[in-house]
Amino acid sequence: MKILVCIKQVPGTNKVEVDSVTGVLKRNGVDSKMNPYDLYALEAALRLKQEHEGSTVDVISMGPPQAKAVIYEAFSMGADNGALISDRKFGGADVLATSYTLSQGIKAMGKYDLILCGLQTTDGDTAQVGPEVSELLGIPGLCCVKEIVSADEEAIRVNLELPDAIEKVKVSFPCLITVQKDINEPRLPSYLKKKATQDKEIKVYSFADMDDQDESHYGLSGSPTQVRRIFPPVSDKVQEDWQGTGTELAQRLYAQLQKQKFI
Amino acid sequence: MAKLVVHQDKVGDIKKMLSICPFGAMEEQDGKLVITAACKMCRMCVRKGPKGAVEYVEDAKKPSIDKTKWQGIAVYIDHTEDKIHPVSYELLGKARELAQKAHQPVYALFIGYNIEKAAEELKHYGVDKIFVCDNPALEHFRIDAYAGAFTEFIKKVQPAAILVGATTIGRQLAPRIAARFRTGLTADCTILDIKENTDLIQIRPAFGGNIMAEIMTPNNRPQMATVRYKVMDAPARSNEAEGELIKLDISPEAIKSRITVEQVTKKPKEKTIEAADVLVVAGRGIKKREDLSLLRELAELLGGEIACTRPLVEAGWLDARHQVGLSGRTVRPKLIITCGVSGAIQFVAGMNNSENIVAINSDAQAPIFKMANYALHGDIYEIVPQLIQKIKTGAKI
Repeated sequence: MKILVCIKQVPGTNKVEVDSVTGVLKRNGVDSKMNPYDLYALEAALRLKQEHEGSTVDVISMGPPQAKAVIYEAFSMGADNGALISDRKFGGADVLATSYTLSQGIKAMGKYDLILCGLQTTDGDTAQVGPEVSELLGIPGLCCVKEIVSADEEAIRVNLELPDAIEKVKVSFPCLITVQKDINEPRLPSYLKKKATQDKEIKVYSFADMDDQDESHYGLSGSPTQVRRIFPPVSDKVQEDWQGTGTELAQRLYAQLQKQKFI
Repeated sequence: MAKLVVHQDKVGDIKKMLSICPFGAMEEQDGKLVITAACKMCRMCVRKGPKGAVEYVEDAKKPSIDKTKWQGIAVYIDHTEDKIHPVSYELLGKARELAQKAHQPVYALFIGYNIEKAAEELKHYGVDKIFVCDNPALEHFRIDAYAGAFTEFIKKVQPAAILVGATTIGRQLAPRIAARFRTGLTADCTILDIKENTDLIQIRPAFGGNIMAEIMTPNNRPQMATVRYKVMDAPARSNEAEGELIKLDISPEAIKSRITVEQVTKKPKEKTIEAADVLVVAGRGIKKREDLSLLRELAELLGGEIACTRPLVEAGWLDARHQVGLSGRTVRPKLIITCGVSGAIQFVAGMNNSENIVAINSDAQAPIFKMANYALHGDIYEIVPQLIQKIKTGAKI
């Protein structure tokens, strides 16, 4: 079984502020880490590899050269090969342009039976890239997988979470699945593997390596959505500050809840 | 392709330029300023740097699409068997509002099997045309078959915008369709508005709710957006049935699937915090696990449920289904009483649409007070037991 896991480097924190005067984004610190959701996808892949002799697990990421760090992290967990899609031409990509670039990069890497993604990223928070990649590769994409039931050479069985039900489905390869968090307990990186893979080559794919050479399909140009402005969240609610003893506050709250017919 | 060009002679102080970029995408190489692949094209360097140092070279203009050929606001009707998910009604309410503003019709798209009766119910929610794809092959949700039916609908009807509930189904169906039509999709919108020319104004929280972003899809159709359950207001059901039911004929080829559904297990009916009208939320101000019974009692007296913040789930005090926040559930109850909750932004993002927010905390600096309607500066261990006592005795009289 040939497995590919899509991973992303995300900021260590979401603490950002907007300068209210200039509308400029102030992003503090350059701490980064592997998207926590991707760890579950990687772990699921590594378990399938253990269960199916002769399987391989490759990882792919897209981002600046620094994003190689998360690929090395994947190596230290047990991934076999890694590739990074990186080019200034891919900058400013929205969900569609990102998914398109990823799908082109995956095609350049080779053929895979199973592609695994985390449910979403902690910085983009859309949960859309996985499903869009599956569409652009022309393969079925199953999202919100709660459990991988079994797999053989031809197909995989999974439990999908739907709003009111759990659906057990079988899908033949090739396919893409995104897994929920807590589907497993990701292993810790191994020091020995880390030492053994620290000089391992990571193939970098740039625009020139892509099959589609139309620049307008990538980056800002290939993005149908446009961010018009960013602004801090505003609150226009009625607000009351209540001070007093516990008894006074309890009485006041009781009266208020009664007034609003909650009691 | 749109790009940034650096004019080295105008850069001046390179270090100063490096500090302008919020993404660390500028480097100094051999005394020259270089933009790396970390660039997100935010163009801060163009606006904030020395004049002319970084130039933004725009694309050759793409031919603009004819927006008049794309008419109507469509809502995807999310359902399990013949039970319509309440988020779909909320979206129909929003669609009606947008449609009135831009003089558009409202469409509903209902895909499934044996759903015609359920589709009749939609006539009470201000829909002009209800498109129904009723086919045995669509009995269970299978992404490829549902996407096939959805595609046929778009080709035939050409709606200007499509709203999809951000349920576990909508979250995989919408991106699949957006990618197929190479169009924009904005996830988890909290505010939707529309321009006269049917351009949708989509506002969503970004960076974990720390920032709001206004997003538009000005040159692609259909425009697509997902919205979470309980973000928009549900419209009132009208007594009269209006609107037209239209059967969409789909070729078997369009809905063939590579997926086999082997078993469907109904999730046990559990009381969810999303469905509760009243929530009592436990935060880190709760000293020990046993004290949760106090809050549980208050919740019961108010006909609600107990919920909590992330640390309590991590401590194993309550199950993850009770967690409110970005990594938990989004709730919108009529009343939420937070007890000893500080109000981290990740928590607030999951409950800030609650109608009435009562916060009890002894820390005057707690961020939750900034967004509470009633900020009670006091000790939960004094207030809650007395409140419970009052409700109990009050109820007896």
